[in-house]
Amino acid sequence: MALRMWASSTANAVRLSCASRPPLSPAFSLSRCFSSVLDGLKYATSHEWVKHEGSVATIGITHHAQDHLGEVVFVEVPESGGPVKKGSSFGAVESVKATSDVNSPISGEIVEVNTKLTESPGLINSSPYEEGWMIKVKPSNPSELESLMGPKEYTKFCEEEDAAH
Amino acid sequence: MSQARKVGLPLMNLVRFNGVPILKQLHLEEKLLRTSSDNWCIINNGTNSPTVVMGLSGKPSELLDLESVLQDQVPVIKRFTGGGTVIVDPGTIFVTLICNRDAVPGVQPYPRSIMYWSGMLYGEVFKGIDGFHLRENDYVFGNSKFGGNAQSITRERWIHHTSFLWDFKAGNMAYLKLPSRAPEYRLARSHMDFICRMKDYMPRSVFIDKTVNAIGNHFSVKPLDLDVNAVAADVADAKFVHTTRLLMKEELEEALSVSTRELCHQS
Repeated sequence: MALRMWASSTANAVRLSCASRPPLSPAFSLSRCFSSVLDGLKYATSHEWVKHEGSVATIGITHHAQDHLGEVVFVEVPESGGPVKKGSSFGAVESVKATSDVNSPISGEIVEVNTKLTESPGLINSSPYEEGWMIKVKPSNPSELESLMGPKEYTKFCEEEDAAH
Repeated sequence: MSQARKVGLPLMNLVRFNGVPILKQLHLEEKLLRTSSDNWCIINNGTNSPTVVMGLSGKPSELLDLESVLQDQVPVIKRFTGGGTVIVDPGTIFVTLICNRDAVPGVQPYPRSIMYWSGMLYGEVFKGIDGFHLRENDYVFGNSKFGGNAQSITRERWIHHTSFLWDFKAGNMAYLKLPSRAPEYRLARSHMDFICRMKDYMPRSVFIDKTVNAIGNHFSVKPLDLDVNAVAADVADAKFVHTTRLLMKEELEEALSVSTRELCHQS
């Protein structure tokens, strides 16, 4: 029973979904046919996640994003104390040959930055929802969280996005 | 492509330069990526003088022979896109594509998808030349690199720019160290064993014409005159903060000093 309950709660926490193979993909890359999406988080269409706990919201990029970006080799994060604005870029990650903007899903003030990412940018790949968090923000408008997607909606969004390409 | 088929293709502004300084070109590109909503193709047929250009995360002490760079007063730029370090000069041809995220059907705004599509685009350019392909993230003939790529991806747009080695001076390559992060197919080869000259495969003007034609298969191309100096002057626009910059001599001297100290500690 205990094992079944553990398995059931794990299955709820980590949703698996299938994305169809995008037509313009390199032939050697078989589809990464699932993404992991966690309960309890909110998600932006630009593939960032937010975890709101009390007066602080933690922000990072999703498993789907890091999977599509490839190996992250450099992370640019802002200074603590600065503002972030919903939908605007606050930093960037470098992977392969590309720098990609990371956008804040909410507005507020940065209260903490994950300085481990300077020495260990790969944390974004290995632990996108935990050790790979990027910034912590004091939200200035908590109602902005309501317009973000929940886990089911985000899973569907990723599937549709991959299928459309 | 027939005129009928070109109807419905997204518009792309085509800007052609000759010998524009690479810093001005990069400032223009960054500004167009961030503030324009049009698609752009920029072709700069050579830059005016030898310049080192590093990617966003590049560290001078790791990537450059700083003593030579400082002695010869070679400018060093850090650009806004990712990727490695190149030395560019009048023999380099630059081709840049700046696109809205949905401009190319089937291309997702992620590095591998954009890179793969670019490989197909240049496959059209080099059709009939044996050995051309996209290898890891470089354009090669066989095993030798002649084109290096870099990208930057924003929420709604992306840029993919390439420096093509139509010709180069062997001596200039000596400013670059062997990078610690290199493609597997490089196999620790020195610069001279790793790269090749595009001029051995295709005349300069033919390459540019074929590139414009290939782009015309995917976009409705509109040639445009742009005063790069006016745009460069406008870089001081308060609404836009560019990240591409020329490194100061003091920064390079400091990097050399630090790496010399580190070497002394190790020995």
